[in-house]
Amino acid sequence: MIKSFKKRLTALVTVGPTVLWLGAFLMIPLIYVIGISFLTKNAYGGVDFAPTISNYISLFQSEYAKVFLDSLWLSLETTVICLLVGYPFAYIIANAPKRWKPFLVLLLMLPFWTNSLIRTYGWNTLLRTEGIINHFLQNIGLIREPLEMLYTDGAVLLGMVYALLPFTVLPLHTSIEKLDKSLLEAASDLGASRKHVFMRVVLPLTMPGIFAGSIQTFIPSLGFFFISDMMGGAKTMYIGNLIKNQFLSARNWPLGAVLSIVLIVITLILMKLYTRVGSLEDMA
Amino acid sequence: MNQASEKVIVRLTNVDKNFDSERVVKKLNLDIEEGEFLTLLGPSGCGKTTTLRMIAGFEYPTEGQIFLEGEDVDDKKPNERNVNTVFQNYALFPHMNVFDNIAFGLVEKKVKKEEIQRRVEEMIKLVQLDGMEKRMPSQMSGGQKQRVAIARALVNRPKVLLLDEPLGALDLKLRKQMQGELKHLQRQLGITFIYVTHDQEEALTMSDRIAIMNHGYLEQVGTPEEVYNHPKTKFVADFIGESNIIEGYIENMTDNSIEVTMESGKAVIAEKGYRLEEIIYLCVRPENLKLSTDPVKGFRFRGQVREHVFIGSINKTMIELPNGQMLKAETPAEDELIPVGTVVNVYWNPGKVVVMRTKEEQIYNVIEQSVEIEGMTNDQIF
Repeated sequence: MIKSFKKRLTALVTVGPTVLWLGAFLMIPLIYVIGISFLTKNAYGGVDFAPTISNYISLFQSEYAKVFLDSLWLSLETTVICLLVGYPFAYIIANAPKRWKPFLVLLLMLPFWTNSLIRTYGWNTLLRTEGIINHFLQNIGLIREPLEMLYTDGAVLLGMVYALLPFTVLPLHTSIEKLDKSLLEAASDLGASRKHVFMRVVLPLTMPGIFAGSIQTFIPSLGFFFISDMMGGAKTMYIGNLIKNQFLSARNWPLGAVLSIVLIVITLILMKLYTRVGSLEDMA
Repeated sequence: MNQASEKVIVRLTNVDKNFDSERVVKKLNLDIEEGEFLTLLGPSGCGKTTTLRMIAGFEYPTEGQIFLEGEDVDDKKPNERNVNTVFQNYALFPHMNVFDNIAFGLVEKKVKKEEIQRRVEEMIKLVQLDGMEKRMPSQMSGGQKQRVAIARALVNRPKVLLLDEPLGALDLKLRKQMQGELKHLQRQLGITFIYVTHDQEEALTMSDRIAIMNHGYLEQVGTPEEVYNHPKTKFVADFIGESNIIEGYIENMTDNSIEVTMESGKAVIAEKGYRLEEIIYLCVRPENLKLSTDPVKGFRFRGQVREHVFIGSINKTMIELPNGQMLKAETPAEDELIPVGTVVNVYWNPGKVVVMRTKEEQIYNVIEQSVEIEGMTNDQIF
């Protein structure tokens, strides 16, 4: 009896705080959001207690479908570009001389200790018609009229890639660094050219990193809203913007809740897919 | 050594290798003949693995040339050389099964599918891994992985197989068994093996010739019998088997003998070609060191019996010389033992002593021949 009581007490003391924390800051808000999604919107923001599923039905309106598709497409583009840019980047860091490595990783991480909003404003100053790049190009006489760079889809993509690149690079770097260099020598010893060493050994063995990097880029990119606001001038609507608008300007909390739930479900599906091909540990 | 084919297949001429400012291989000259089993032997850090890696193409000499089949391979990458390597940690591809691992090189060479199938199967039989084609490396023991690594290299029919301490990670029993199998494979296939090890026993049992390296220098190359019975340097005498090494100098000489004075006595040895007052080392293997209570002609060399150690078929006797140096003698277990504390005459039979020049004398001779000694570090000279 006493022993089992002791055991229970130990369990309570060790696991208890975590359960409390997750309950208070994850489960309750989540239940709250799910609850709201089945209620009716109130004209002044907030909700009326009148259960309905109409919020879910309105999801199937074509304009929302377009927002979802646009968002998924932008996230996909972002992820692919991040991979293409990030892989060589990660490869160089992983193979850099030992004394350089911490410095290179630091350079990669440094921007992340600055507020992302401020960093995105930085791009703003660079890209706008009166911005530094246009000024420079005009001064050296390469162009006469300023280029329209800001508030384009390209600018949004640039901002997304910039913001998310480290999320791609870090898992890739971990994965490439773990690669046993003698395997590359073995492949080359067995007659493989540099290209074949990469295709037959490096790429398959760093697949976990590629998956981890993709997921870690794709998922947050779905929810980003301030980049499309600031770099795209809110011309194209993405999921993040849509949700933000429902809560802040349209005052349609139930719809915002529904959209949030859909986003969470997409994330969960992706995580599930990921755990099938790799392990969560590769995310580190 | 296969006497029928004395064709040089690997030639290293004046090879130097520096890592940053450290010289790990120094003025290495070595010819390796077709079909022989040559072992690069030496303590860790002696440059043997670096030498092997230069032949494979993973490293390039800082100076000097390497020739494979008569061709300078300075501009050849590993994948352009007709040699294959068995790595110390096996380096099997973890994402491929046994069959695909072994087939890797053949796929690169674009060999036809049926032929790959046939040759890989043949190799799997040869290394006795039948039925394991579909296993992944993670599901195999160290010995099995080793066999896959050997098969993966041999299936390409290389001219030279390079082995970098391939048995280092195996336990003693398996190591002994694999030693026999490797030697057998080498004879059967007639491929040149260049084998790196720090285990002198392994080198003695397997090799046709042994190249002993120390501090980046090649100390001696020869058959196991030559390096064991006629070590050219103190290092070789010390490294290969057990030795009693006694320092002395030449006090008197006749036409065909030298009289050596040691700190603890004198001995007359039938040798010639030395200078008067030259400092030398005498090397006597424990099994050749004899003890007698009676005086021995040609010797005035005495010590005191300190200890007997019985190790199965032999007795080891420790003898202390007046200057404190301990000598080891081995006698058959059935021989009568001289009691501990007895003062004995120490001697050896003619021809059972090896006289070695000291480094100083070697350098003296080198200077005599006015050959470059630039870059020799202090520890090489002293």
